[in-house]
Amino acid sequence: MSLILENLRLPLADFALEVNVELAAPVTGLFGPSGAGKTSLLEVVAGLRRPTAGRVQLHGRVLDDAAARQHLPPERRQVGYVPQDLALFPHLNARANLEFGHAPGSPLPSAKVVDILELAPLLDRRVHHLSGGEKQRVALGRALLASPAILLMDEPLSSLDQRLRQRVLPYLQAIRREFSIPMIYVSHARDEIEMLCDEVLEIAGGQCTRRS
Amino acid sequence: MTPEDWQTLWLTIWTAAAAVALILPPGAALAWLLARKRWPGKTLVETLVALPLVVPPVATGLVLLKLLGRRGPVGGWLYQTFGWEIVFTWKAVVVALAVMSFPLLVRSLRTAFEGVPVRLEGIARTLGRGPWNVFWTVTLPLARRGLAAGVVLSFARALGEFGATIMVAGFISGKTSTLSLSIYQLVQTGQDAHAMKLLGISVVLAFAALWISELLTRRRQPS
Repeated sequence: MSLILENLRLPLADFALEVNVELAAPVTGLFGPSGAGKTSLLEVVAGLRRPTAGRVQLHGRVLDDAAARQHLPPERRQVGYVPQDLALFPHLNARANLEFGHAPGSPLPSAKVVDILELAPLLDRRVHHLSGGEKQRVALGRALLASPAILLMDEPLSSLDQRLRQRVLPYLQAIRREFSIPMIYVSHARDEIEMLCDEVLEIAGGQCTRRS
Repeated sequence: MTPEDWQTLWLTIWTAAAAVALILPPGAALAWLLARKRWPGKTLVETLVALPLVVPPVATGLVLLKLLGRRGPVGGWLYQTFGWEIVFTWKAVVVALAVMSFPLLVRSLRTAFEGVPVRLEGIARTLGRGPWNVFWTVTLPLARRGLAAGVVLSFARALGEFGATIMVAGFISGKTSTLSLSIYQLVQTGQDAHAMKLLGISVVLAFAALWISELLTRRRQPS
């Protein structure tokens, strides 16, 4: 992975997010307390927020350059984003949610994603008839099928109890193993980060405090 | 009911429907802009749009009469360019109903759009869909009940319009005689019993429209 966040600045309610870092590990964990700016950082990379200063560059392609007033819209970034609340479309069933971002001729076959995430029995169910873990897998599948150049996951297991967490974690490991898509993984839980990530970036008060 | 009553009922329904159809595209666009975007002059536009709700309908009718009359700036141009006469025709009825229903339509549609989480639209865009596509595939389907309720409510408002219509369209039997205008005319000429019959029809129509709007709004709330 090559994600460069150069002198990035985004004012938030109580502080400003200020990051200057280059991420190269296949899976980077973002670790830090609530309200540290982790979600905001993911939203900047996804193009949902526009930084007031700095540059964002992914695999050599400039996504944001505040000085040049350059901002690539989210639909042209190829950044898959699984937000904490999953944001599944309630008017569509699981299949339509999965296919929402799946372009014809996409390099990632939908059958493989459906197989790895064991989504086949869920396809015809309405979103509000899915359990927490099932929703989680559909949201992951939906982001994967859009063939992202990077996958951003914002505390994907935080809403699940310990038992469900243990059931969903292997799916995340399978994604990592099978698809080789670079990831940024936000979590509060050290054990998840240790299981999935090659590198950890700790964030507090909008600043990177430690890298390990 | 006499053939004239049927004609009155039909005229009332189709002019109200035409008025709502006329204002739906600009109303939806404006409601979306008010719900989703910040722009200079937004408060001014909001106030202007709401004006017909508070200005006496007769005053709004007078403004329309001056604008749309053959010597008015808009009416004069339409007459010279297309040969269209607006005032004291069915077209004036449609315009009066459209202007008077517009604020209610925009308010209802704005609330419907505001009920769609911005987050879902953002996520749809990260999945490769452009803003226009997101509007059709996410915003509109999720707002559909609220939109339908707004349309029905505006239609109900148009059904009962009186002040602006009488000013700009007058009472011409069979041409501009909507239910409310006919009731007024019948009372003026001492035909109270006939007026009461039309009143009953008006109440049934309005009740049905409001009932549908209420049903649509209630179904929307649990989701």
